[in-house]
Order: sequence, then structure tokens, then C-alpha cells
Amino acid sequence: MSTGDVPVLQALGISRSFGHVRALDNVDFEVYPGEVVALIGDNGAGKSTLVKALSGSLALDSGKILYAGGEVTLSTPAQASALGIETVYQDLALAPHLNPVQNMFLGREVPKPGLQGKLGFLDNKAMRDRSRLAFDDLGATVRGLGDPVGSMSGGQRQAIAIARAVNWAKGVVFLDEPTAALGVVQTKNVLETIRRVRDKGVGVVFISHSMPHVMEVSDRIQVLRLGRSVAAYKASNTSMEELVGAMTGAIGGDK
Amino acid sequence: MTTDVASTSNGAPAQAPGVFTPEGAIGKLVRVQAFQILLVLVVIFLIFSALAPTIFPQWSNLRLIIQNMSILAILGIGMTFVIVTSGIDLSIGSVLVFSGVVSAMAMRAVGGDGLPTAGLGILVAVGCGLAWGILNGVLVAKAKVPPLIVTLGTLGGALGLSQVLTGGVDIRDVPSILSDNIGYGNVPGTTLPLISLIAFVFLVAFGIILHRTRFGLYTFAVGSNEEAVRRVGVKVDRHLILVYSISGGLAGVAGILSLSQYGTTAIAGQSQTNLNVIAAVVIGGTSLFGGVGTIFGTVVGLFIPAVLQNGFVIVGVQPFWQQVAVGFVLIIAVYIDQRRRLAAARGTGVKRRFSLGNLVTRRK
Ligand SMILES: Nc1ncnc2c1ncn2[C@@H]1O[C@H](COP(=O)(O)OP(=O)(O)OP(=O)(O)O)[C@@H](O)[C@H]1O
Ligand SMILES: [Mg+2]
Repeated sequence: MSTGDVPVLQALGISRSFGHVRALDNVDFEVYPGEVVALIGDNGAGKSTLVKALSGSLALDSGKILYAGGEVTLSTPAQASALGIETVYQDLALAPHLNPVQNMFLGREVPKPGLQGKLGFLDNKAMRDRSRLAFDDLGATVRGLGDPVGSMSGGQRQAIAIARAVNWAKGVVFLDEPTAALGVVQTKNVLETIRRVRDKGVGVVFISHSMPHVMEVSDRIQVLRLGRSVAAYKASNTSMEELVGAMTGAIGGDK
Repeated sequence: MTTDVASTSNGAPAQAPGVFTPEGAIGKLVRVQAFQILLVLVVIFLIFSALAPTIFPQWSNLRLIIQNMSILAILGIGMTFVIVTSGIDLSIGSVLVFSGVVSAMAMRAVGGDGLPTAGLGILVAVGCGLAWGILNGVLVAKAKVPPLIVTLGTLGGALGLSQVLTGGVDIRDVPSILSDNIGYGNVPGTTLPLISLIAFVFLVAFGIILHRTRFGLYTFAVGSNEEAVRRVGVKVDRHLILVYSISGGLAGVAGILSLSQYGTTAIAGQSQTNLNVIAAVVIGGTSLFGGVGTIFGTVVGLFIPAVLQNGFVIVGVQPFWQQVAVGFVLIIAVYIDQRRRLAAARGTGVKRRFSLGNLVTRRK
């Protein structure tokens, strides 16, 4: 692991409420290049909200976001993408009627060379080849690159969403419960992919309810409870008991 | 399909059979509704040909059918785009009338029978259609008013204004260059109606845009999962405005064509047009729920009512039966679409905008 000095992405004291619910309450969070940070917490702890806030899908009430040390405003997902932040949302955000290749390249289509490309024609072969590589890379069993994603299994859809994020992420990739719908083999592939992406120097933020997976793949673990950041551990010197205690509030654990 | 064993993490999966393999392509073709409906059309065609072999299948009769379909085909293009985005455009008939009225008034004001007058008329008609389309699009995309309501409003607005402008009296003077050439003329040296060639060119051009370009891809994507498209940074609002503008602009084109063909603004003559076009688009396999559809299907969907109408007259069945038959075909088409959607929906959890689709789905 090659942890740099400056976090690639850093949140300072960010808050966000929905009506009376303080989904995020003065949360600090950072991820360094080439590390895997797990974000854990009970249902409703604010994990997805934090991911949305850091990927430009959700406006903040207060707080700062720094990218590679410089302050940024992320008001649209496209801005986050342009910086190199990619996200696999919990609801996957694929277009069910489009095929895996079209989903992979949605918003970033490869135009045909020359005039044809200027007229809006697309280089489907190039996109198909690159998608095929990305799926193979993930060891994903995505068959039928021409079939609509909506007709595929939950695991295949998840693999497509992950492949898309990993393929485009240059700085940080957020994976919100990426293994929730996956079988044993695919889960192993995803964890393997997470390591591979980390080794390329990308920061990975991994959300999961599965403590064994969290322990297996992450370098650091940050615990959220009721919108607060309650604890942070190095994966090498913590235990599942400690993590569960911090999540449920049995351990007061201030960091 | 080949047998599938989950590939190991290091072994690349075997070459996958996709859409480009023959079996994949044919399998897909059979599943596509446009193809099924094409078979229905062929059967109808063969029945009428058997019943009236000396009249029905003759070119003179077929020529009549395609001539009468041409204007609806232009409207069907725009409607296909709109419905693919999971929207609806009820205003096309009224926009057609409005464009025709304003265009006729402009041509009457400058006078003359020649090309410049006709050119002005064409520009004015298309401009009026575009303006209504942009209005529809802005209200749908920016004001977030459901398309059903927006276009119901502009349906009334455009028709009402046409009546205000004319005092309810149709304008009947149309430059002869339009009526002679576009209205009833043929492509020089053939017996093919020029208006049908015009419609064909539009169909091919917009078919390419819908099925081969980024613009078309976004049209499907917006209808499939608008939120997902927003998240990847596509300007969804702008795209919706453009799609409704296409529909409006083509209604403007239809307005000048109608003026040329019928020699009158026919203010009262378009009250069923929107529903006929929607029916054709849906019969052709375009889903009211968005994300699915083809221009080819729309053409086939237009042929079915047109051929039934023509055939019933020829074989001496009361033409009213055409409406009954088309009604049933429409319901069956939507039923098939529903079945297909339910089979394909495997819990993708896609949230959708209010649309006609929501009104016609039965859900608890
Ligand atoms: N759009 C929203 N409108 C209202 N409340 C919201 C919204 N999004 C999140 N919340 C609330 O914010 C809190 C945190 O939700 P969040 O989705 O971030 O939890 P989570 O940690 O991801 O939970 P899970 O493990 O179930 O995915 C919850 O109480 C939730 O009800
Ligand atoms: Mg969540």
C-alpha cells in the first residue's frame, strides 16, 4: 500500500439534514490515494448520504470538501466525475433498457472518427471492445453485450455498475454495498477488484454490512452512527467485536 | 445460449454470444414487437388481396394508401421520440392546424403563387411548430409539469388561437405551386406521390438519428432511467426540450403538407389526429413507459389502420369496423408490452416521472 501524504478526497465538518433527521452531523472523512477505507454503520447511519454528498449528488448544509488538498464544490455528479470521482450507488443507477456497453459509456460515448463522429455517430465497436476488457478484468460473467441490462440478474447488473465506476475512476471510487447481490465467486472478484484498483493508486471507499469482507479488504475503517462519525480504526488492529460495538453504540469509541 | 459456468477470476469468459451472432440477432428480431406486428400487417394484406385481387393489391390503390399515410408518418416520428422518453404529446394535431393557419395567413399577406411565397410558408409553418414544441419541452423539463397535462393544455391553446386568428373560418387559398407539386404531384418521371417521398426522407433521417446517434441513445436512456442519465452528466432537461421541439417542428412540417394536400387549413379536421398517431406508435411496439421503440415499428403501426380502412371500403364492409379493429389491435399491443415489461422488470427499482404510462397501468 502506498499511502500519500495528502488525502485525495477530504470532508471537513460536513452536515446535511432531511427535515428533522440529521443524516450527517459535522462529519470528517478522508481517503488517501491507494488505500481502501471501509465505511460502516447501522441502517440509516448516514453512509449513503455521505457518499452522495462526496460524489456531487447531494448538496451540503455546511462543511468543506477538498480534492487533492484544494477546496472544491461538487454540485453535480458530472463535476465529481470530471475530477475522477466515480460512484456505484446503492440503487446502481443503470438504464435498464440499454445494454451493458451503452451503460458503461453513458455520457462518455466514443464518437466515430471524423465527420461521422461530429454528426453524433458512435464507435460501437471500440466501446464494445473496451467494455469487454473491463468486464473480463473484473472476472464478471456479463454475457450478451447487446441485451438490455434490465433483463440481467442482480449480480450481473452489479458487476456492470462496478466495472463502469472502476473503469472511469482516476482519483476515488465509492462502492455503496457493492457485494449485496453477489454470489460467492463474484464477491471474491469484487474484493479482488477493490485491491487491484487500490494498487493502481486510486482511493477506494467501500460500504458494506459484511464485517468479514470489511476486515478482509480495507486498510482503515470509519464508523458512522446516527449521522456522526464515532470511531476510526486501522484494520490491522481491530476486531469484529470492536466494530460491531462501535456501530451499535455499545462502545463509546471516540477517535 | 451456451452453457454457462461462472468463469474463474483469472480465466477470461468464453466469447459471449451477443446481438451480433446470427442466433442472437434473429432471436431478438422475433421478440421485437415491430416484427410481430409486421406479420399481422402481412396477413391483413394477404386477406384483402385474396378478397379483392383486382383492386386491392394494385399499385394505384397502394399509392393511395401511402399518400394518405404520409402526413401521419411525419407526425409519428416526433411522437415516437417523445414516447420513447416516456412522455406524450397530445398537441400535435392542434399544432399542425396552428402552423397551417399562420402559414396560410403569411402567404396570403405577401401574395403570389410562386416559390418565394411557398418558401416563406414552409418556414413560417416549421417555425410555429418549433415554438409550440419548445414551449411543451420547457414546461415538461423545467417546470416539471406532467407531459400529459402540458400537451393537453397546448392542444387547447393552439387550436383556440387558430380559431381566434381565423374567426373559425378556414383559409382556402394556397399557392398552386404547393398544391400541384407537394399536394398531389408525383416524383417527376414516376407515379410515386412526392409527399410520400418527403415522408420517407424524414423517416429515414430521423430513424438514423434515433437508432444510430448519441442523440438517439440519450432519448432511450432518458426514457429508461432519467436519474441515471442525470448522474452521468447528460443535460437531460435540454434533451427533453429538443425532443419536444422535434415533435412540434414535425407537426409544423405536417401543417404545410396538409395545407398543400387539402388546400384548406381544415381547423376542425384534426381532433383525432393525436390519438391516431399515438395508437400507431404504440401498435408499432413503442412502450408508453419509455426506453423502447422504433421508427420502423411506427411505420408498420400506421399501415395497419390505413390498410384496414382502405380494405374494408374495397371489400364492402362498413368502414366503421376499422375503428373497432384498430381498437382491439391497440389493446393487444399494450397488453403484450405490459407482459414484456413485467418479464424484464426484475426489480430494477427505476422510479419514473408521471406519464401517460402511469395512468394506463393498473397497479395497487
Ligand atoms: N432523500 C432523503 N429524504 C429524507 N430523508 C433521507 C433522505 N436520504 C436519507 N435520508 C435519511 O437520512 C438517514 C441516513 O440515510 P442513509 O441512506 O445515508 O443511511 P445508510 O447508512 O446508507 O443506511 P443503509 O445501511 O440502510 O443503506 C436516514 O434516517 C434516512 O431516512
Ligand atoms: Mg445506504
